[in-house]
Amino acid sequence: MTDEIPNLTSEQLDAFGAELDAIRERVLDDLGERDADYIRGMIRTQRGLEVSGRALLFASIFPPAWLAGTAALAVSKILDNMEIGHNVMHGQYDWMNDPAIHSANFEWDTASPASQWKHSHNYLHHTFTNIVGKDRDVGYGILRMSDEQRWRPYYLGNPVYAFLLAVLFQWGVALHDLEVDRIGRKDDMGRAERLKRAGQIWRKSRGQLAKDYALFPLLAGPFAPLVFAGNLGANLSRNLWSFMIIFCGHFPDGVEQFTEEGTREETRGQWYMRQLLGSANIRGGKLFHVMSGNLSHQIEHHLFPDLPAHRYAEISEEVQEICGRYGIAYNSASLARQFGTTVKRIAKLALPPRSALPFAKQPAAA
Amino acid sequence: MLTTTTRLARATATTLLRSRLTRALAFPHDVDRYLELVDPLWAHGEIRARLLARDAETDDCVTLTLAPNGRWPGIAAGQHVQVGVEIDGLRHTRCFTVSSSAHRADGCITLTVKAQPDGRVSRHLVEAAQPGSVVTLSAPAGQFVLPAERPRRLLLITGGSGITPAMAMLSTLIDEGHDGEVVFIHYARRYDDLIFGDELAGAAACYPWLRLIRVITGEPPRGDDLGDRFSAEQLADVLPDWRDYAAYACGPAPLIDAVQTHWREQAPAQTLNVEFFQPPRSTGPASGGRVAFAGSDLAVTDNGASLLEQAEAAGLTPEYGCRMGICHSCTCRKTAGRVKNMISGRESGDGDEEIQPCVSLPVGDVTLSL
Repeated sequence: MTDEIPNLTSEQLDAFGAELDAIRERVLDDLGERDADYIRGMIRTQRGLEVSGRALLFASIFPPAWLAGTAALAVSKILDNMEIGHNVMHGQYDWMNDPAIHSANFEWDTASPASQWKHSHNYLHHTFTNIVGKDRDVGYGILRMSDEQRWRPYYLGNPVYAFLLAVLFQWGVALHDLEVDRIGRKDDMGRAERLKRAGQIWRKSRGQLAKDYALFPLLAGPFAPLVFAGNLGANLSRNLWSFMIIFCGHFPDGVEQFTEEGTREETRGQWYMRQLLGSANIRGGKLFHVMSGNLSHQIEHHLFPDLPAHRYAEISEEVQEICGRYGIAYNSASLARQFGTTVKRIAKLALPPRSALPFAKQPAAA
Repeated sequence: MLTTTTRLARATATTLLRSRLTRALAFPHDVDRYLELVDPLWAHGEIRARLLARDAETDDCVTLTLAPNGRWPGIAAGQHVQVGVEIDGLRHTRCFTVSSSAHRADGCITLTVKAQPDGRVSRHLVEAAQPGSVVTLSAPAGQFVLPAERPRRLLLITGGSGITPAMAMLSTLIDEGHDGEVVFIHYARRYDDLIFGDELAGAAACYPWLRLIRVITGEPPRGDDLGDRFSAEQLADVLPDWRDYAAYACGPAPLIDAVQTHWREQAPAQTLNVEFFQPPRSTGPASGGRVAFAGSDLAVTDNGASLLEQAEAAGLTPEYGCRMGICHSCTCRKTAGRVKNMISGRESGDGDEEIQPCVSLPVGDVTLSL
C-alpha cells in the first residue's frame, strides 16, 4: 500500500521535517500558565463529574438519578482516560514539574497499569506507527487490520472479535502488554517477564474492580445492584467510546500502513511523513475534541505526541497548509465516515484476499 | 489556639480521609487529588503552605508569613527549606532560610526573601506572590543550628540577607527566655539595605543580654555604627574576648571567607559554624564522554554541564527541584560510568547507583536510567 506516498526528494523531505520542527519549537517556547490552567481545569471538571456521578448513583432509586449518575461517571472516566490520562502520560505536561501531573507518576482510571501502557503506547506505537509486525496497535494481536497480515481461518471471526474488544476495551488494553499471541515465538518476552507483567495487571485490575463492583455498591446498601449496574454502564460506555475513537485514528480508508523493510533508517522528515500518512483526524466541535482526548487530531498528535493536546486544534491549520504545499494527503473526515470505513475494513479483512482463493481470476497471460 | 473539640474533629476527619477504605475508593488516584480541589492545603502528600502576609523590609526584600499544613514538622532555628512556587505554569524550587522563631504560637513561619537580580523565584516572591497563594515546602534541613544546650556566650556575624537564620536564632532565644550573652554583628552596604533594622534595634533596647553592632560598609556610618569590612582589628576592637564565644556566621562569600580565615589562623581550636548559599558552579571541563539516557534511547556528548542540564538539552524532562543538590527530586539511577559530585568533588564508583543529576558531572562515558 505504498503507492499513495508522495515522491519527495530527500531535500524536500528535510525541508518538510524542518517546517514541522519549527511548529514544535514555537509551541514549546510558548508553554505556560495557559496550559497549566487548562489541564488543571480539566482535572477539576473530571473529578467533579466523578464525585457527582457517584453521589447521584447513591440516589438511584429515582431512575433519572441513575441515568444522570451513570452518564456523569461515564464522561468522567472518558475524560480521565483520554484528555487527562493519555495526554499526561505522554509527558505533555512534564515541563510543569508538578509531580501530580507528571508522566512518571500519573495513574489512570482503567485496568491497564500506566507503566506498561507507556511502554507499548509511547514507545512501540508512537515510534513504529502503522508498521505491520512492530506496531502492536495494528490489530492488538487479535484482529486482522492490514492486508500485510496473512489471512488465517481464525480471522473469519474478525467482526466478532472487534465487537468483543470494543465491549471489553479496557481489558484488551490491559492484557495488550502480555503479548499472549507471541508465546512460543522467537520474539516472545519469556515466562518470567510475562508473569511480572501479569502481576502488575492483576494488582491494578483488583483495585479497579474492587472500587466499581464491590466498595461503591456495598456503600449504597439496598441500592447496591443499581450502583453496580451504573458503574458497569459507565465502564461500558467508556470502553465503546474509546474503542471507536482510537480505531478511527489509524484504520479509516486512506490511511497507509508500512513494512519493516520500507522504514529502515528513516530520516526525521520520513518519520513525520509516516506519522502523517498513518493517521486520520475526525472532524467535530470543541466538546467532541475534548471528549476524544483530542485524538480527533490524531495527525497532530502523532507528529507532536508530547505537546499539550489542547494545542492541536490551533496548529492543525498550519499542518494542513504544509501538507498541501508538499502534496501530502491530510486525512480528515466526519466520525461517520472514519468509523464507517474502519468497520468496513474489519469486515473485509475477515475474508481471505481474492488472490488467495482457489477460484480467483488469474491474470490473463500476456 | 484550637479548642479540644476542633482538634478532635480534625483528627477524626484526617483518620477517615486517610483510611484504607477512602484510599480504595479514590483508586487509582491519591486521596489528595480530591482533597486539594477543596483546599490545596488538605493534600498531605507534600508540605504546602498558604501565604498569609507580605511585609516589605527594604526596597527589594520582603518577609512572607506562611501557614503550613499538618505535614510541617517544625523547625530548628537557622534551618532552611526548599520553597516551590509556580511561575507561568512551571514549578520552580529554591532554598530559603526561615527567619521566624521555632516557637511561634500560631504555627506560622516567616521567610525573608531578597530579590536577586536574576533570581526568578526570589523576584517572584518579592514582587508578585499574593497573599492567599499556595507554595510547597520541603522538610527543613541544614546543620546551621544552635545546639540543644544554648551557648551562654553567643556571637552571630551576618552580612546582607545572611541575617535571616541569625534572626530565627535570636527570636527563638527570646521566646525561650534566654539570658545568656549574645553579640550580634551585622554587615550591610547601606542603611536602606538593612533587613530587620527596627526589630533588632528594638530587641537590643529591650534585652540587656543582647548587644547589637551594626557595620555599614557602603556609606558613612551613623551614631555608634561602624564602617569598614570585617577585619581582625575590628573584631578585636568590639569584642576582645571573641575566642570565648560560640560563633555563627552567615552571609555572602567574601565575608564568610574573611571570617573563616580569621578563625582558622587565630583560633584553630574553636568551631566556627558557617552557612552560605551558593549554588555550585554548573559547568566543569567537558570530558567529551558519551552520556547515554537509557530510558529514552538517547545519547549526547558531554559538554561539561550538569547531567540534569544535559538531559534537558537532549529534550528530556526529568523531575527536578532545587537544582543545587539539596532536595533529591531529580535523583535517578546511574547504570554505568563514573560521575563527579560538584559539591563534594567526590567521584562515584563505576556501578549501578542513585545519583543527583543536578550536581553531577560525567567523568567519561556515563549511562543514566532517564
